Amino acid sequence: MLDETGAFVEFDHVQKSYDGETLVVKDLNLAIGKGEFLTMLGPSGSGKTTCLMMLAGFETATHGEIRLQGRGINGIPPHKRGIGMVFQNYALFPHMTVAENLAFPLEVRKVGKAEREAKIQRALGMVQMEAFGGRRPAQLSGGQQQRIALARALVFEPELVLMDEPLGALDKQLRETLQFEITNLAHELGITVVYVTHDQTEALTMSDRVAVFDDGRIQQLATPDDLYERPENSFVAQFIGENNTLRGKVAAIDGGTCVVALDGGGEIDAVPVNVAKVGDPTLVSIRPERVEIDPQLGPDAHTLDAEVLEFIYMGDVFRTRLRVAGRDDFIVKTRNRAGQTRLVPGEKVRLGWLPADCRALNV
Amino acid sequence: MTDATHGPDAVTGVTPDTGLRIAEERHNGEMVAADGTPLKRSLNRALRREKLRALALIAPLFLFIVVTFIAPIADMLFRSVENQIVSETLPRSVIALEAWDGEDTPEEPVFAALAQDLAIAVELKNHTRLGSRLNYETTAASSLFRRTGRAADDIGEEAADQFVELDPAWEEPATWIGLMASEDWIADQAEWAAEAEAAGRDAPPEPRFALRDGVAEALPRTADMYGAFARVIRAEDADSPTEEDPWPIVYRALHDDLVANPDAAASFEGANAQLLGVAAGAVPSFEVTGFRDTFLDIDEDWADPTIWGTIKAFSSPYTAGYFLSAVDLQLTADGVAKQPEDRQIYGLLFGRTLFMSLTIMGCCVLLGYPVAFLLANLPMRSANVLMILVLLPFWTSLLVRTSAWKVLLQQQGVINDLLVWSGIVTNAGRLALINNQTGTIIAMTHILLPFMILPLYSVMKTIPPSYVRAAKSLGATNFTAFRRVYFPQSVPGIGAGCILVFILSIGYYITPELVGGTTGTFISNRIAYHISQSLNWGLAAALGSILLAVVLMLYWLYDRIVGIDNVSLG
Repeated sequence: MLDETGAFVEFDHVQKSYDGETLVVKDLNLAIGKGEFLTMLGPSGSGKTTCLMMLAGFETATHGEIRLQGRGINGIPPHKRGIGMVFQNYALFPHMTVAENLAFPLEVRKVGKAEREAKIQRALGMVQMEAFGGRRPAQLSGGQQQRIALARALVFEPELVLMDEPLGALDKQLRETLQFEITNLAHELGITVVYVTHDQTEALTMSDRVAVFDDGRIQQLATPDDLYERPENSFVAQFIGENNTLRGKVAAIDGGTCVVALDGGGEIDAVPVNVAKVGDPTLVSIRPERVEIDPQLGPDAHTLDAEVLEFIYMGDVFRTRLRVAGRDDFIVKTRNRAGQTRLVPGEKVRLGWLPADCRALNV
Repeated sequence: MTDATHGPDAVTGVTPDTGLRIAEERHNGEMVAADGTPLKRSLNRALRREKLRALALIAPLFLFIVVTFIAPIADMLFRSVENQIVSETLPRSVIALEAWDGEDTPEEPVFAALAQDLAIAVELKNHTRLGSRLNYETTAASSLFRRTGRAADDIGEEAADQFVELDPAWEEPATWIGLMASEDWIADQAEWAAEAEAAGRDAPPEPRFALRDGVAEALPRTADMYGAFARVIRAEDADSPTEEDPWPIVYRALHDDLVANPDAAASFEGANAQLLGVAAGAVPSFEVTGFRDTFLDIDEDWADPTIWGTIKAFSSPYTAGYFLSAVDLQLTADGVAKQPEDRQIYGLLFGRTLFMSLTIMGCCVLLGYPVAFLLANLPMRSANVLMILVLLPFWTSLLVRTSAWKVLLQQQGVINDLLVWSGIVTNAGRLALINNQTGTIIAMTHILLPFMILPLYSVMKTIPPSYVRAAKSLGATNFTAFRRVYFPQSVPGIGAGCILVFILSIGYYITPELVGGTTGTFISNRIAYHISQSLNWGLAAALGSILLAVVLMLYWLYDRIVGIDNVSLG
């Protein structure tokens, strides 16, 4: 059942303040579709967890309304919302076995014993933990505990599952495996997932859409590739992935392209994103892997002089640090492929890129 | 997926250190270090320094505890079975009583032994202590011994008079020395006397008295009593047997010896033999009263078998008597029997102590749990204020707090006045809130409440709020989330608080003493009474030991049921 906007979950002008003086969440508007995997990404203190807690019912919105399936849920206590939740520290009840943990949501819903058993087995099967029903949480590894927490959040078949940095405490390899499993499970079951993380790789790899939070606002809500390739402001550009930024002023602007005169000298082509007129200060952003060394571009393309400062061999890529337009932290990544030149510190090169890859953003 | 049972240390397959591993592996069944010494020994050696250091760090406190705490307690507990006083004060009587049937007044030999024992005890002033000891078991024993002690000096006086009448030499200390002392001792004594004369005040003690060879066989009673006389004179009076004429009881012993063995003179030589020969001839015509008659004459209570039964029952150096008294039983000559109805108080007191401690513990849980919960869940600033309120009683003297309860709870006190004023009770129906169990329970619940709140708080503080949130998100109501998730995790705190409060309250003394009246006192108040007033330390120690045993037993029981590992102070 969807409301007229077609959203499954909807935040409507939601604000939240803890102390009555500062807003932690400022005028949040967000519509999440049914079956969508939406990630709230942002640095700590950006308001993303508060949003999740308001959706779960553990915090009340100071202003505005949160709707689930078109129905306002502001006044509904958490246990009646029917939302599954996975916590960062797993929150498995330590005095119960795995099976008892999974039985808990079913028991409070008065599900019969036989049905309960079946559901528990199915949920354990989903996370490949069938053999662990009799164990206590303390006897499991972190990854296993998180699987059980996931199974517990799914066992009562909620349509919406919230995950609050569920993989934060796991090591990298395990995290990647679980990221993959969670996404697959979510799509298989057709559940809607709201996922909170501060790890941008996690956000990019798992989500259908990502909402980047900063300072209590959504800075950009977009699909992962849009977010990475077409950041709408300098915060998003810098927060997602590695990024080179150069400060300058708009020198000329013509529809889809503009020319930016850099503060450190030189001119480059860029896509104007949130600059309006000539003379606006701007921060141009270019991904390290989109920079070309000694580029073969058109005759009227702008290029920059650069001096190699450092060359780092990283296996699959080479990472070169250069001095460009008066800045020492300009990074270029090149793939380690046959015939790729390895730059030597002190070498002078020219750098260039396609104007579409370079975005002129706000300061 | 990782398997928790498979540790990361398990090495499988070939690794760069395979060769090293094989070299270090089991050598004759035990692991060896790189240099071939067993790994265990190598490890011990490595850890020894650390262990010694740790030991050195705790040593001062450990010694302090041993000297000031463990040793006195052990000594105190030992008093609950210690009973040497009877066998040490009345050694001869205890032996003589072995043949006694326990039914009637004992025969002459028992009284004879008692006379000898008492003669020595009176000189050493031990008989009143013995009287007090036996008085714990049989009332009137104390006065009996005191009365008898006053008259015991004169036992044997008639025999002494008749010996002196026979030959004035019997009055001379030298006569007795010549008769009883060994020649070596006489020589040593003479030498010492000369030295002592010269040294004056700083003289060394007189040589220890030694009997002449053969005198113990010829005149056993006399030798025994004279030896005792010489010892007492030397040790207690710092005098010499060469200067004092013996106690009358010694004359009486000589009389009895000579009656029993008229040929005793044969073992002596010279003047001694002659003196004894004459005496042996004369003693049959001496007029002496039997010991039994003497004692019955002094106090007819000696005819009562009860006192003798008590002496016999408590003749062994260690006794279960104090413990039996502590559980309302008594030791009689016929074995263990119940105390008379009117003296059965300890069972009641132990029961009351346990019941009231449990009640106080329960009240503390009921009152403390919500406070601790609030403390653990309030924001830091308000929690700190509340914590100060909880800790406030710790900064106030226990006596002040207890006295405050006296003011509040008495019949004309604040609480009753308020109740009367508000019309809840009539003026005539003022509640009795103090000097009874209610008073003790109210005051002690208040005093011990922080000991419940603090462990509860520290455990609750460690329960992450995400557990309750998780439970609620899974569909549990507030109450279910509390009952099934929060409460089970706070149980260790309840356990710790309960043990603390229960053990503190079971041994509490001051508060019940002040507000308990007669019905609200604990076993500890009785122990204090025996320590400071009745001076029956043995019984106090026995009561204390039983209390300690009960606490340890409950602790063990608790460990079995709840598990001491589940107790947490945070």
